[in-house]
Amino acid sequence: MTALLEVQNLSLEFRSQGAPPIAALQDVSFTLDRGETLAVLGESGSGKSITAKAIMGILPRPASHITGGRILFDGDDLLTLSAARLRKVQGARIAMVFQDALSALNPVQTVATQIAELYRVHRGMPKKQAHEAAVDMMRAVRIPDAANRANDYPFQFSGGMRQRIMIAMALALDPDILIADEPTTALDATVQAQILELLGEITQERRMALLMITHDLGVAGQLADRALVMYAGRVAESGPIGPMFDNPAHPYTKGLLGSIPNAAHRGGDLPTIQGLPPDIAQRPPGCSFNPRCGYATAECRTELPLLDVFAPERAAACHHKQEVIADVALGA
Amino acid sequence: MSESTTSLIISHRRRGRPRSGLRSLWKSPFFDIAALIIIVVTLMALFPTLFTNIDPRDCDLSMSRVGPEAGHPMGFDIQGCDYWSNIVHGARTSLEVGVYTAAISFVIALIAGSLAGYFGGVTDSIISWTSNVILGIPVGIASLVILYQFRSRTVWTIVFVLVLFSWAATMRYMRSSVMQVRNLEYIQAARGLGVGPWRILRSHVIPNAVTPLIVMTTLSVGAGMAAEAGFSILGVGLKLPAFSWGIQIALASQDGNWQIAPLLMFFPTLMLGLTTLAFVVLGESLRDALDPKARR
Repeated sequence: MTALLEVQNLSLEFRSQGAPPIAALQDVSFTLDRGETLAVLGESGSGKSITAKAIMGILPRPASHITGGRILFDGDDLLTLSAARLRKVQGARIAMVFQDALSALNPVQTVATQIAELYRVHRGMPKKQAHEAAVDMMRAVRIPDAANRANDYPFQFSGGMRQRIMIAMALALDPDILIADEPTTALDATVQAQILELLGEITQERRMALLMITHDLGVAGQLADRALVMYAGRVAESGPIGPMFDNPAHPYTKGLLGSIPNAAHRGGDLPTIQGLPPDIAQRPPGCSFNPRCGYATAECRTELPLLDVFAPERAAACHHKQEVIADVALGA
Repeated sequence: MSESTTSLIISHRRRGRPRSGLRSLWKSPFFDIAALIIIVVTLMALFPTLFTNIDPRDCDLSMSRVGPEAGHPMGFDIQGCDYWSNIVHGARTSLEVGVYTAAISFVIALIAGSLAGYFGGVTDSIISWTSNVILGIPVGIASLVILYQFRSRTVWTIVFVLVLFSWAATMRYMRSSVMQVRNLEYIQAARGLGVGPWRILRSHVIPNAVTPLIVMTTLSVGAGMAAEAGFSILGVGLKLPAFSWGIQIALASQDGNWQIAPLLMFFPTLMLGLTTLAFVVLGESLRDALDPKARR
């Protein structure tokens, strides 16, 4: 049986006049199944959000160009679907929660109008009925006093409530896949926990697939079944979250996990991954991670490591994955 | 039950629509004066008989260029017609030229600018090139040449020429404003939720991009009125027996009339100047009120 969503070898570049093209994504592949939560991890600029936007068909125009690969959803390649057929999928079957709800909501429309728009566009509901459906949806995401607050504008809500509005919009048509692009980054810790709980509950209740983009490993560990670690536009490692967090196979994953603060770090410096992510316009030859990697050898500076399945369901793109696994097992 | 109680309590402090920045406009005395001038001139244009009972065509040549006297606050013009009555009846034409020009330019700029800015590509190329051609033409000379071709000129002739040369600049404002909004996250979000391009344009892009266009349009009403007067002075504008402030200024400037009777020049110029200024103040106030960054 094929997966609900299957991204195959997706490559994408940004082009602008008078500059060489910049490869934002290279050979990204993963699958997502019904009822499953996949966390996409990585630093800023690693290609997490652009992957999500490619799936949603909302890449920034006219700069982005898909140079290869397919995005199969329920058997259809979203990249070759006609605009009209794609719109039937967008919102109704795949929906997205954006990072910053304030900028993702139209400032001059009331929130109910914006939620209701989905019912009007996709289901052709009359205005009044759509408004009622929108209010019901606001209740479903637990916005207090929904009927009265429906006619407020986005700026009149708190950050957490705004994020709930975004979630209400995304869930309005009961999609098969929900993409959440760092849905809690702009929120404080308590609200963050509430939003994550809400997302977890709703996706479970409705057996929705959740693609969760985050740079917060804690969030990923709490919510996800599997994880995809991205680095400089490529997949560094993928696999079930437990085994991956216990035994990372890529030095980058290992570095990320090592930089989570815990009791052992009390009073000392937090271990970090040295250096900065590479400018994707000027990737180092070989493995993009080699300048920051403690395991790097001559091979890493010339040969690009391919994503390699080394255990059931687990894959990593590293020449030295066996050494990394062995080191982790020894507690180094 | 407890929920209904809460909602009852909360409903007492409903906020409804956010307090509009437009209301604060009235606090500025400049805006109040400008608004007053525009209201008075608009009333003159719509109901001239509210202001004068004298027929502007009831003239007595023996009164030619006689100064102000009781019942005739602005005196008489060259033909011996009551000048106040002429000024009042001239408001309509002057205002018509300004308002029609601004309104038609607004509609053209709104449509063309939105299409060019949102869809880009070939649509943008065609619209932008057309506007570039228009912008490259020396407006003054081109207007004279075109107006000269018309034997009889009406308000609409003047409006046609003014719109022909003014839509392009306004369109560019709208286009760049739309391009700015086009890639904002809430537009992407709407696209990602399967909303069609026309609906996005209509309900998400245009309402968020139209402000600079509204301001430009308001500012341009005064410019249109001034241009109407300019054409009359150059002899390519409206002609008698029409009434307009432009014609009055033109007649006053001929044959040294204004040296004998300076008031003939003064009154229409004053009216035109005040009204133009009022629209500029209105436009600038709107800009300040609608631009959240300029607000304190």
